[in-house]
Amino acid sequence: MKRNVSTAVLLAVLGLGIAGLGAGTGNFTASAQQKPGTMEVKIDNFSFGPAELTVPVGTTVTWTNRDDIPHTVVSTDKVFKSKVLDTDEKFSYTFTQPGTFPYFCSIHPKMTGKVVVQ
Amino acid sequence: MSEKKKDELLHDHNNDGVDRRGFLKCMAWAGTGALCVIHGGVLKSYSLSRMLELGPKAAGELSFVQISDSHMGFNRPANPDVVGTLKAAVDKINGLATPPEFMLHTGDISHLSKPEEFDTVDQILKSASAKDVFFVPGEHDVLNDDGKQYLERYGKGAKGAGWYSFDKKGVHFIGLVNVLNLKAGGLGTLGQEQLEWMKADVKHLKHSTPIVVFAHIPLWSVYPEWGWGTEDSAQALAYLKKFGSVTVLNGHIHQTMQKVEGNMTFHTAASTAFPQPQPGKADSPGPMKVPAEQLRSLLGITDVNYVRGQHALAVVDSSLA
Repeated sequence: MKRNVSTAVLLAVLGLGIAGLGAGTGNFTASAQQKPGTMEVKIDNFSFGPAELTVPVGTTVTWTNRDDIPHTVVSTDKVFKSKVLDTDEKFSYTFTQPGTFPYFCSIHPKMTGKVVVQ
Repeated sequence: MSEKKKDELLHDHNNDGVDRRGFLKCMAWAGTGALCVIHGGVLKSYSLSRMLELGPKAAGELSFVQISDSHMGFNRPANPDVVGTLKAAVDKINGLATPPEFMLHTGDISHLSKPEEFDTVDQILKSASAKDVFFVPGEHDVLNDDGKQYLERYGKGAKGAGWYSFDKKGVHFIGLVNVLNLKAGGLGTLGQEQLEWMKADVKHLKHSTPIVVFAHIPLWSVYPEWGWGTEDSAQALAYLKKFGSVTVLNGHIHQTMQKVEGNMTFHTAASTAFPQPQPGKADSPGPMKVPAEQLRSLLGITDVNYVRGQHALAVVDSSLA
């Protein structure tokens, strides 16, 4: 929400928002937390960020599509599969088993990522 | 052929994949329009400003139009009015000196595979002078249901996931599907079933039959780093080596590009919705935002003419501007 407000202010005051869009975008990706919780993966510029994530068992990962183009989040081993995510839409999955979970965008298969659950 | 003019381009074929110098020059013309004529496997490109010199070569016995990537439902800043630009494309088609006999739509009809998006495109295309439209799906047309809805709407009489062939005035057309069952890290895929069908489809054709193949994702390696290519296209193209004239028409990359390799000419069409960046010239292949007054110069249609006996298909791109 903070980003939306600051962008709106920029648009209103300066009349141009494009230069400001990147600046207000916080990147809160962190390394693996010790306790299960939630983690975010952002989809920007046809890539997953971070592309590799290590999390404890029980963690819920939420992917958010921030591109102007729809994407999907599909487990290569068919463990999870999102519907098509349009701009700003989200998909969450809770990892209850340890293991390595590679995934990709089934629309743009060059986009790949991995969640390692410990 | 010996006198090479400034805005004339002769491709030499060293089979090294993309003729980068060649397509960069063609790229510079994207939006202003380019005419490509093949004679005996050699492609010549002309800027549209030289159309008059070509005269009757640009007309033929069979004329059709390719449109692509209408992305109905897209409403982001790169083009908030994809309805308006598709209508402009239809106006352009209706204004052609030689009315086309039919249209090819090379996919991404819709943006999100929503029924109302397909309905809108169908409605707009009804006002085109050419009534018949032959479709192939883009990846945006087969979201969520592996192409079931697409097949119900556009695949009547088609095989498999929607591939088919037909003949018009001695030219054999093959519509292929390369947007399903994509694998992690991979490119577009045709698949074994479709390849076997295609092999059988062309088996009994005379070698002199002109072939036009159309599919959404390019059947040549335009830029694999962005997924702009098809994994098993080499196998499909191998079935076509015996033919004297093969034209491959694709969409997907939202810009015009062409190259020739032996008897084959490859061509991609502009989008009617929004432009995408040149390969590697941006962080990603996402929609390219350009000033509103420039947008229509980067969108367009492709007009194709076949002249019997001249062993040539002339491919003309024109922008919506």
